[in-house]
Amino acid sequence: MSEHTFDLLVIGGGPGGYVAAIRAAQLGMKTALVEKAQLGGVCLNWGCIPTKALLRSADVLRLVRGAAAFGVKAQPPEADLPAMVARSRAVAAQLNKGVTGLLKKNGVQVFTGHARLQGGGTVAVTGEGGATQVLRAAHIVLATGARARQLPQLPADGQSVWTYREALTPLAVPKRLLIVGAGAIGIEFASFYRAVGADVTVVEMAPRVLPLEDEEVSAQVAASLKKDGIHVHTQVALEQAQRVQGAWQLTLRPQGSGSALQVQADVVLVAAGIVGNVEDLGLEKTRVQVEKTHIVTDAQCRTAEPGVYAIGDVAGPPWLAHKASHEGVLCVEHIAGLHPHALDPRRVPACTYSHPQVASVGWTEAQARAAGRAVKVGKFPFSANGKAIAMGETKGFAKVVFDAASGELLGAHMVGEEVTEMIQGFAIAQSLETTEAELMATIVPHPTVSESMHEAVLAAYGRALHI
Amino acid sequence: MATLLRMPEVAANATHATLAAWSKKEGEPIAVGDCLAEVETDKAIVEISADSAAVMGQWLVQAGQEVEVGAPIAVLLAAGEAAADVQALLQAAGAVAAAPAAGAAPAVSGTPAPAAVAAPAVAPAGGGRLRASPLARRLAAQRGVDLSRLQGSGPGGRIVRIDVERAQAVAPAPAPVAAAPATAPAGSGASAFTEVPHSSMRRTIARRLAESKSTIPHFYLTVECRMERLLALRAEINAAASRKISVNDFIVRAVAVALREVPQANVGWTETAMRQYAQADVAVAVSTDTGLITPIVRAADRKTLSQISAEIADLAARARAGQLRPEEYQGGSFSVSNLGMHGVGAFSAIINPPQAAILAVGASQHKPVVENGELQVGTVMACTLSVDHRAIDGALAAQWLAAFQRAIEAPLSMLI
Repeated sequence: MSEHTFDLLVIGGGPGGYVAAIRAAQLGMKTALVEKAQLGGVCLNWGCIPTKALLRSADVLRLVRGAAAFGVKAQPPEADLPAMVARSRAVAAQLNKGVTGLLKKNGVQVFTGHARLQGGGTVAVTGEGGATQVLRAAHIVLATGARARQLPQLPADGQSVWTYREALTPLAVPKRLLIVGAGAIGIEFASFYRAVGADVTVVEMAPRVLPLEDEEVSAQVAASLKKDGIHVHTQVALEQAQRVQGAWQLTLRPQGSGSALQVQADVVLVAAGIVGNVEDLGLEKTRVQVEKTHIVTDAQCRTAEPGVYAIGDVAGPPWLAHKASHEGVLCVEHIAGLHPHALDPRRVPACTYSHPQVASVGWTEAQARAAGRAVKVGKFPFSANGKAIAMGETKGFAKVVFDAASGELLGAHMVGEEVTEMIQGFAIAQSLETTEAELMATIVPHPTVSESMHEAVLAAYGRALHI
Repeated sequence: MATLLRMPEVAANATHATLAAWSKKEGEPIAVGDCLAEVETDKAIVEISADSAAVMGQWLVQAGQEVEVGAPIAVLLAAGEAAADVQALLQAAGAVAAAPAAGAAPAVSGTPAPAAVAAPAVAPAGGGRLRASPLARRLAAQRGVDLSRLQGSGPGGRIVRIDVERAQAVAPAPAPVAAAPATAPAGSGASAFTEVPHSSMRRTIARRLAESKSTIPHFYLTVECRMERLLALRAEINAAASRKISVNDFIVRAVAVALREVPQANVGWTETAMRQYAQADVAVAVSTDTGLITPIVRAADRKTLSQISAEIADLAARARAGQLRPEEYQGGSFSVSNLGMHGVGAFSAIINPPQAAILAVGASQHKPVVENGELQVGTVMACTLSVDHRAIDGALAAQWLAAFQRAIEAPLSMLI
């Protein structure tokens, strides 16, 4: 019996759950983790990682297509979709094995099955064969994640209506692909499917693509998508979806006035937000509160039930793997009696791996102004950056927003080549609480695209050197 | 619009100040330049004057309370404005604290404008390096928060933005000022006592002297100076002059002359470097009703005896009235403490860091002296030099003391 009693039990093996388990083990807790499908969760198996593998294929395709501009003669390349998908699955499989090894190395006991809270620190785990084990733990961390939100008019069937799962393992490139939702997931798939030859349309209810990003970022991305031949309709509501002659016909209603729009598609990809996995967890046997499919938690990830915590997607937005991992660590550290800072939403970076890439952290210019801050804003275009010109990637910019009074870096926003790798520079600056003075005094290597970040900071104070 | 009046930072690095007295009653109109209140800091009483016309709406602290610098002390109303919702205003101030540019700057003159870019060096809390983020340092400087009093919540106790904001959000608890008679527990055998809360001046004296005596390796040298010639010269000068020169004025002048002659002794110790002072700024200890204060005679080595005399008289008078400006008592390269007028024969004093020496001056007394092998009655003044051994070695201190003694015993040299 004692081997089934733990200090800490994590339900869900995604980037929130497995990181929480490893941190708990590091802190000397006897730790267990229950996963019903694959370790690594959606992120590793059906999200972040496999999409990056596909988008890498799209990048290679794009680069070879443009080879002549770099003085390289090449045959026009062809997309081998099954090979791209196979590579993407192999990458996910490799990392899945890696997580298994990490948990083993840290002495985390892994149970496979569906976990249900029984109340009073008890969890029942039902395995594949239907056998049930009872586990006990002083602290239970819910990290069950989330799944794609379904639209009533367009129930996903895996054939002509996809969610990200089907979009990751296509058998063929749809001739006409309509993507509902212009958030990060929608835009990344639009980028990929356009590169492999689909006729792509993106529809979005919000006034702009990537509606959470800075307005200037959205504008730049929209322009790039259109230039690549992607049709973008923003501020439209899905009014009707009909099957007409073996295809979907969607009626879109523009907000305000304007006549309805008809769009045909062979496949519809629904990327219109996610819902938390809160069902069939036994929450009804606890005081855990659920609001709009998400578990209600405090700054220390505690639920209303003593000893039960929730982290990651199931605990609410932003729905990002690194936010889940961070919450996993801080939740466990709180349990261990350490005093980590609460998660500051302004310090969670967000990345979109489309072409061009988007990366940001902190407040947009509009958010900072709405918060009543007097701001200093600086912007530097990649078209004025030597390395970007040499690479032939001059689309994009870096933009920074400072608090005018204190010099606090309130936000940073970038579009362009490899900006997802660069944003951590600004994230570190925020975490160390540097002001503009330290950023200006930093020596940035030349030639790099990251010089644009330095120049944007200088520009905010009227000191840009190269523009 | 109603605004909050905040406690200004009347002295550099002061974290608290006592609201000594209100000069405007609630409801009383205020013209530009009017005195609103008197604030007592560690060392002086300063008037807060109005930047703009207003009406005193409501006092948030009572006279005698000690208040954190930057904390709201009163609500000012615009002319004709009815009473403001104080609670709402204070809540808004919480938000404003996070955005100082939003126009809620205190309507107070005498507040030093915060440095725009450079954050001031911050004194370490426990002798070690103070760990604080650049943003925390800047916010603390802008808002008058003393970082050395904060507990950092960041990694390794690093002070971060949120700690500064929290420190500001916590309203200073009104400190009871009235003497609270306390009764010893029955049967404990102890006598009854009363406890009078410390003034900020008393606390500063306690802190600085305890730090000095426990961290500076003091050593002491004593000489006895013959005073006959100086006293005769003084009598001669005072017979002719309209204002009287005191023995202490001569002593300050002699200290300055000796510092000029032995500049290696005109130094200060800092952790990283030896500070060589360019001129002799002599601090003179003055006792007041509320405690000790040391106004400074700047460049005493370049001033005449009568200039020094006039300056000390003025500084001492204003020190006793609590009207010294911070720059008049902060700094200084050397101190003189004279208890001779109280009949003290000899004593030793505690160094006032970062200075490296202080001269303790006793009374001029008739004493048996041996001159040319004969016992005589002489007038002698005992002076004890306390020295920071980190900065000044024994031989150098002796050399300085000899120069001082020469000046006292051949006082005409001081007039040149």
